[in-house]
Amino acid sequence: MPSLNYVAPTTVADAVKILAGASGPTRVMSGGTDLLVQLRTGRLKPELIIDTKKIPGIIGITQNADGGFTIGAATSGALLGEHTALGAAYPGVVEAANLIGSTQVQGRASLAGNLCNASPAADSVPAVIAAGGTVTIAGPNGTRTAAVESIVTGPGKTSLAKGEFITAFHLPPIKGRTGDAYLRFIPRTEMDIAVVGCGVSVTLDASGTITAAKISLGAVAPTQVLVDPACIIGSKLDDAALARLDAAAQAMCKPIDDKRGTIEFRTKVAGVLARRTAAIAVARAGGR
Amino acid sequence: MTFIGNKSDLRVVGTRPVRPDGVDKVTGRAVFGADAIMSGQITGKVLRSPHAHARIVSIDASKALKLAGVKAVITAADLPNIASEEAFVGEGPMNFRDLSLNCMARGKALYEGHAVAAVAAMTDAIADAALALIDVKYEVLPHVIDVEEAMAPGAPILHDDLFTAGETPKPTKPSNVAKKVRFTIGDVEAGFKAADVIIERRYTTAPVHQAYIEPHACVAAWAADGQCTVISSSQGHFMIRSYCAKLLGIEISNIRVVPAEIGGGFGGKTLVYLEPLALALSKKAGRPVKMVMTREDVFRATGPTSGAAIEMKVGATKDGKITAAQAVMKYQAGAFPGSPINPGLMCAFAMYDLANVDVLGYDVVSNRPKVAAYRAPGAPMASFAAESTIDDLALKLGMDPIELRMKNAAKQGSKTAYGVTHGVIGYEEVLQAAKAHPHWSAPLGKNQGRGFATGFWFNIGGESTGAVFVNEDGTVNVVSGSPDIGGSRASMVMMAAEVLGIDVEKCRAVIPDTSSVGFTNVTGGSRVTYATGMAVTQAAQAVVEDLKKRAAMIWDISPEAVEWKDGEAVPAGANAGGFDPLPLAAIAMKSAKTGGPIGSEVSVNAQGAGPGFGAHICDIEVDPETGHATILRYTAVQDVGRAIHPGYVEGQIQGGAAQGIGWALNEEYIYNKKGLMDNAGFLDYRIPVASDLPMIEAVMVEVPNTRHPFGVRGVGEVPIVPPMAAVGNAIRGAIGIRMEHLPMSPPRIRAAIDGAKMPKAAE
Ligand SMILES: Cc1cc2nc3c(=O)[nH]c(=O)nc-3n(C[C@H](O)[C@H](O)[C@H](O)COP(=O)(O)OP(=O)(O)OC[C@H]3O[C@@H](n4cnc5c(N)ncnc54)[C@H](O)[C@@H]3O)c2cc1C
Repeated sequence: MPSLNYVAPTTVADAVKILAGASGPTRVMSGGTDLLVQLRTGRLKPELIIDTKKIPGIIGITQNADGGFTIGAATSGALLGEHTALGAAYPGVVEAANLIGSTQVQGRASLAGNLCNASPAADSVPAVIAAGGTVTIAGPNGTRTAAVESIVTGPGKTSLAKGEFITAFHLPPIKGRTGDAYLRFIPRTEMDIAVVGCGVSVTLDASGTITAAKISLGAVAPTQVLVDPACIIGSKLDDAALARLDAAAQAMCKPIDDKRGTIEFRTKVAGVLARRTAAIAVARAGGR
Repeated sequence: MTFIGNKSDLRVVGTRPVRPDGVDKVTGRAVFGADAIMSGQITGKVLRSPHAHARIVSIDASKALKLAGVKAVITAADLPNIASEEAFVGEGPMNFRDLSLNCMARGKALYEGHAVAAVAAMTDAIADAALALIDVKYEVLPHVIDVEEAMAPGAPILHDDLFTAGETPKPTKPSNVAKKVRFTIGDVEAGFKAADVIIERRYTTAPVHQAYIEPHACVAAWAADGQCTVISSSQGHFMIRSYCAKLLGIEISNIRVVPAEIGGGFGGKTLVYLEPLALALSKKAGRPVKMVMTREDVFRATGPTSGAAIEMKVGATKDGKITAAQAVMKYQAGAFPGSPINPGLMCAFAMYDLANVDVLGYDVVSNRPKVAAYRAPGAPMASFAAESTIDDLALKLGMDPIELRMKNAAKQGSKTAYGVTHGVIGYEEVLQAAKAHPHWSAPLGKNQGRGFATGFWFNIGGESTGAVFVNEDGTVNVVSGSPDIGGSRASMVMMAAEVLGIDVEKCRAVIPDTSSVGFTNVTGGSRVTYATGMAVTQAAQAVVEDLKKRAAMIWDISPEAVEWKDGEAVPAGANAGGFDPLPLAAIAMKSAKTGGPIGSEVSVNAQGAGPGFGAHICDIEVDPETGHATILRYTAVQDVGRAIHPGYVEGQIQGGAAQGIGWALNEEYIYNKKGLMDNAGFLDYRIPVASDLPMIEAVMVEVPNTRHPFGVRGVGEVPIVPPMAAVGNAIRGAIGIRMEHLPMSPPRIRAAIDGAKMPKAAE
């Protein structure tokens, strides 16, 4: 009979040591809401699970002196939702994280798990990418920082090297008139997986013109994709800009036909969501 | 049978007491199939076919049997190879041989998930490991999933011995078409000639699963002396007994089946999957064997109901009189014959008083799980087609959809295409109530539409046993043979309490095992409150007669001089004597002195179940850019005969509407090219979640069924019949396009709006 071992180290160094030293299939666990389901269905058969939640700081949110945020990798969606300052600065990130699963799942599901499960449909990932999020990665050679969009390399695959795991997420301080938003399309109203997801962050000048933007789409390609923001920068998101954004978003789609949607449908809806999400982000930044 | 239907005389019937099984269910104490335990039990698991269609070349279980902790392995070779024989045990006709082959494949696996072997082992993990060690050699065969592809020449044939019934001359070549059946009244050709407008359309519907929350589960023991005990969750423990006896060659008196609480069935638990396997494993292993399906097993190997392809043509005169209705319906049966094609054909136009009807149907096998009954089996697909077509007819005629239906409504004396003449029915009353409801005239906004549709279901009676036993303290046990799925225990004690004139809290409902109460048909066909309720009512009436005799004995007067009023024996009049009333409890206390225990058990074969009609109004808003349809408001009107417990009747109506909405919008089986199901779980088989639905308003119309003592009509199935057309008609209102394919999922609605080709659905 196969056996499964569980460890819960209390320091990052211990965790890295165990992770780097493990010989059999090993998984890091945050909330476990993906991991346990995959264990149960037999999709994953790890011999060792390393639970990070006993590491001090891995759960929790701090606002840094510069106004940016550090979010522990295993911080649950519920905690993100309760953090007033984070919600005020990054409503898009928080609403994306809070869309994950149900009340029960929210008590556990984390940004790190959502990212490292590496599903193209993960809800928080496009929002965190649009917000300019970065992660701290601990590993045998110390720690390094990386942009969130560099982590997922394909369905179920990440750029993390052996022995590495994510310890924290960072969101930059808000500059000027900035707003973010996330929308997803699902056939139902909850408890569903995104057919298309879209995160948008925009910064406006005093006149309401967009000076910077980051647009990320989920579930339309093997990884999250970035849409070139040139289509809306310099505009006040007028109808012509919206039409350009719609076309640019559709152009970035390389979706598959599957049980959750057709290529044609996903592509069209990506355009729709890009427009709608951008409009919310602009409104939140105080424009239009 | 005396009709006690005068509403003002009723004290208990029509009230809303707390359900007897409620506390156990909300506190988690109720024992469902998977909770049942027999001492010494071990685990049974099934090895299922990974192929849609394959010849089983060989099965080698030797490695599995060598694994420590494995106690038994069975294949079809361990089960009797029984002959073809029609059975009427569950809901609708069934063939014992087919059911046996469905429980365990013999020679050929006919769908992905078809059981090919089973093991019994000490633990779940050992059982899983043993399954992996069973070496099955398959020769994969071409498969066919879609109903029309299965009918096409050259389609892979599932059964070499299946010849189309109802075809003359008798075919010489085997076919996937198990049966061809037709019902005709009048002359449709003449009818269409007399029509000013004709609507002709073609519809397809996806097969949908009953999606009960509790997966199938049982524990079974085959003792050394041949006595068998089964605890399982089902819609009929007598049904389990009958099938196990037949499939395993056991005498009925040697099987005792104990009903567990049931977490939903909707028709899907009116046949067996696990019980015969658990018994056969137990016989070999010498230990009780527990078997529990996973959700994936449930999707891959049980249920669903048929998907269908339906062509329909309806004609009417300018003033809205329907002159002819015609349909060709092709129903998927799954791997074995037995789709609900007959009721489909019968129900399509049963709401209307039509002179000319011609409906032709096909029962077609393909490489999918064998269909099982699902709430009003066969009617919802037929009604989707019929009520969508009628809606288009109203539009073309410029008539109000309710007016058009009023004009053609079936009433007492209307003859149906299948030969039955309607008795007292409430269709017109239902239409009037819908028309008068404020919902029908409420304003609509942009991108919104309102749909209206109606539906019919026969309801059935049949064999039931009910018993009423008076305890020595005056409390009462109400016993019946019907597993309680929709709150029937509440209705049973209420009817007994009404007759006995006592508080409902004094009555306890019990559903004992098959050896402790008389035979009772399955809980299906909306028959329990009607038929079992009739048995319980009659038993309570017999007890009242007995109580009157006992009082007469105590008072030493003639039984005719005693009346039963409000739970007490009273002298019939001044002449009878001046005695103080004798309450039930006082008589019960003295029962030993007046002839012994007081009780009565009554078995009936109830006839005269009144059919039910429903009319649903649905408001929808469509997001034209995403094709997402939001149900804004939903009202379901139904003739319920007489609501014994109105709360549970409303629950039935709401539940049926909710399931119908899921069927309409998102539920479907998605198959890949290999004929394997891609969405065998609730994540991607999308039943509605709570936030998808508004509060569904249930409006009860009461046109009592005079054949039942309290006027009961079945209520559980009618409400799933109208929703798909109601939703489709609302979507048509919102986007101006008729959706001809179910489910009307967002990609399909968006594609329809774009005028693009329908995205290729799974089927
Ligand atoms: C009922 C249900 C509904 C769901 N609904 C949604 C939904 O709507 N949207 C959505 O996007 N997801 C959904 N999910 C999936 C899941 O809840 C999310 O992906 C969640 O964010 C995962 O977080 P977790 O902490 O539970 O991850 P875990 O299960 O702990 O881990 C997931 C993966 O990430 C790896 N991992 C975890 N932490 C780290 C780390 N610190 N460093 C490196 N790798 C790590 C694990 O090894 C594993 O491979 C749902 C799941 C369930 C069960």
